[in-house]
Parts: sequence; C-alpha cells; structure tokens
Amino acid sequence: MCLAIPGRVLEIEEAGDLRSGKVRFGGIVRNVRLDFVPEAGAGDYVMVHVGFAISRVDEQEAERTYEILQSMGALAEELGPGEDTAWDRRPQ
Amino acid sequence: MKYLDEYRDGAIARALAGEIACVATHPWVLMEICGGQTHTIMRYGIDELLPRKIELVHGPGCPVCVTPLETIDKAIALALRQDVILVSYGDMLRVPGSNSDLLRAKASGADVRVAYSPTEALKVARANPERQVVFLAIGFETTAPANAMAAWEARREGLKNFSMLVSHVLVPPAIRALLATPQNRIQGFIGPGHVCTVAGYKEYEDLSREFRIPMVVGGFEPVDLLESILMLVRQLEAGKACVENQYVRSVTYAGNLPAQRILKEVFEVGNQKWRGLGEIAGSGLHFREEYARFDANRVFDLELIAAEEPAECISALVLQGLRKPTDCPAFGIGCTPEAPLGAPMVSAEGACAAYYHYRRHKECS
Ligand code: SF4
Repeated sequence: MCLAIPGRVLEIEEAGDLRSGKVRFGGIVRNVRLDFVPEAGAGDYVMVHVGFAISRVDEQEAERTYEILQSMGALAEELGPGEDTAWDRRPQ
Repeated sequence: MKYLDEYRDGAIARALAGEIACVATHPWVLMEICGGQTHTIMRYGIDELLPRKIELVHGPGCPVCVTPLETIDKAIALALRQDVILVSYGDMLRVPGSNSDLLRAKASGADVRVAYSPTEALKVARANPERQVVFLAIGFETTAPANAMAAWEARREGLKNFSMLVSHVLVPPAIRALLATPQNRIQGFIGPGHVCTVAGYKEYEDLSREFRIPMVVGGFEPVDLLESILMLVRQLEAGKACVENQYVRSVTYAGNLPAQRILKEVFEVGNQKWRGLGEIAGSGLHFREEYARFDANRVFDLELIAAEEPAECISALVLQGLRKPTDCPAFGIGCTPEAPLGAPMVSAEGACAAYYHYRRHKECS
C-alpha cells in the first residue's frame, strides 16, 4: 500500500487551486494529482501513490547514486564472474 | 524507466552482497519497517544473497495488516446498510473481520466499490447524491495526505453525503514501541522510504539518538535495499548509531511540505489501535473538530462488539519481528491468501503473503 510508482509528467493542468497532469507509466497514461509537487513540470519524473505525486525524482541524485553503485559492479566484474545465484532466476 | 531498471541490476546487487559479507564480522539483526520492502526482499531473494550473519526481520509496515479488526467490522456493518455505498482500497476487501469480510458482504448484495485513489471515492459521492458514500481510508504517512485532500475537497464543495472511516497509522511511535519491548532483538532499521518522502526523517534522528540504534532510510528496489543493509552494517561494525538517507532521489530531510500542510489542516495526532500490536500512544491521525462531519464514526451510530483475533494466528509476533511467518502452525495450511486467517496473509505487502508467494516451495521441498 505504500508503494509509489515512478512516471513521467507529460503535461500540467491547473483548475483553480487544484493541480494535476498527465503522467506516463511505461505504456499507460494516467491523470495524476500534482498538488504536492508544485516544483514538478513537464518532462520530470514523479513518484505516484494512490493517484497523487509525492515527490519529484531528483535525476541528478539518482544518477550520482547509480554511478557510485556501478563502480562497485565494475569492480566485481574485474574480479571475474561470480557464481550463479538465485538472483538470475528471479522474475523481473 | 531510467533510474528504475538500473536499481535492479544483478551484477551490482551481487557486488553489494559481497561487500556486506566482507564488512560483517558480527551477526546483526535488522528490520525493514515497510511491507513494500518486505515484498522486494522476498521476491528477489535478497535475504538469500546475504551472509548468514545478517538476519532480516519484517516490521509492521503494512497498513492493511494493522487496520484494527473493529474497523473492518464497522466497514462491513456500514456496507450492509441499504443507504450506504462503501468505497475501499482493493486490498481491504479480503481482510478478515470477526465473522466476515467486505468481499462476502458484496457477494450478499452490499454496495462495495474499489477505488485506486481517494478522489474516486469523491466521484462516487458526487454521482450518487441520494446515497451515503463512506470511504474506508487507511494508510501510513504516505497515504494520509491523499486521504486528507479528499476530506478537504469534500468540505470545500459542501458534499453532504460523503464521510470517511479512518485508520491512519504513524511509523515513528511504532518503532519506539518495538524498541521499548524487553524482548527486542532489532539492532538496525531500514527506514520506510515513501513514508519519509512525505514526513522527512527528523523524528528518526530522535529515535536513533534515544535508543542508540542506526537507521538508514531506504528505497524499494533490490539494489536500494542491499545498499541500505550495507550502510547499516558499516555503522554497526564501526559502533556508530545515526540516521543516513539511502533513498536520496526521493527523500529529503524535511519531507514533502505541501503534503504535511494538508495533513495538519485535516487531521490531528491521537492514540491508535494497531491490529496485532494493540494501542500505541500518539500513533494515529484523527479528524480535527472542523472536519468532524466527515468522520463516519460520528455520522453513523456504530455499535461495536469487542472483537478477537483467531487464537491460532501469531501475526502479533510476526509484526514485531519476533517470529517468522513460517513459524506459524497455520501458515500455508489453515491460512492461505485465498482463505486468510490473519491480515498479513492478505496484502501483497503482508509478511505472511510475501513468504507464501516466494518461499513456500522451499518449505515444502
Ligand atoms: S500465517 Fe496466517 S494465521 Fe499465521 S500469522 Fe500469518 S496471517 Fe496469522
């Protein structure tokens, strides 16, 4: 129930003091309330929970964290292939 | 999506697990609070990737699982009234009440409708002015602002036929209750990333200081969880106890201020009963006086018979991290997702359901 899914804002709609917009999740486009993310604009990624965006995904932070993590992965590859783990058989 | 798939990268996950194995010299018991994280851990077998020294126990962070039995009974009683349309998040329909559940009420003719968002409950109320529409509004800090927004809009519009049966729970008081029990085994917490997206993590700093326990606010993808575990183990091995934020792409220190504002406008903090855990002081959100007319408890005269959990269900111990679902004698036998005895077997984020879906094969083989 506390899951939030990331989606990309396509366009913003303002009606009085309510803020919403069209957000794309993979192939699906949904109307999402954007009242809690006044800083989010078209092109931004937002995390959506029960029809409301609760944060704008900070792309710089996402990228930075990922690069740090990737450097760990690269290190692992240099050390040679690991043994096969349950991981590879997990549903994706 | 970019920044989602990356966080499921198997090579990085294995590298992180390897690093955890290098860093850990002692056995440590860690708890993930949030049911969404429990689900990821079971689905991707993260606990199996970890060195045996690291034990994960699963917390009470599934709002479906901790909604009190009495609230479910009230919802069923309301749904059975001719003048009421009961609207609920889909997960709640199969949660067992004392004698029945909402799905069975629906099958016997009650008007029960599933909503994905509280705004849909408002739509039902606008479309059915001659009926009373009651929204069963459950959730943690993540969901409460959306529920609050529904009440705020209903008040502004002057909707006369809309009310909410509320069961909101707050995470920090529950962590305090867990840490204060004498049988507590938890030495580090993975904090709930989406709860903190809304609420920030100042309160977690207070808890970390008070109980001298490390906490890492974590995300929901496999790599997020492994990195959070690594950060916790590093702190524990170094004898540190502070709050770190792994889920920086979504969580800020102060949290989401517009969401907090609407929450404070509509609700105030009060005591709250948790299914399986009992009453925890200051762990719930109740309507402020200005919003009293949207409180289904006041709109309807609801008689309540004190309800009891089935004796064989050990969900209270599971929710405190004292027992694993597979320790329950009913697990997979008398209790399955199709015929659940306790709430943790219902929701995909309930620990019992997560074990049932991803681990049962092992228990049987
Ligand atoms: S397996 Fe079923 S009966 Fe046992 S603790 Fe979980 S929900 Fe309760």
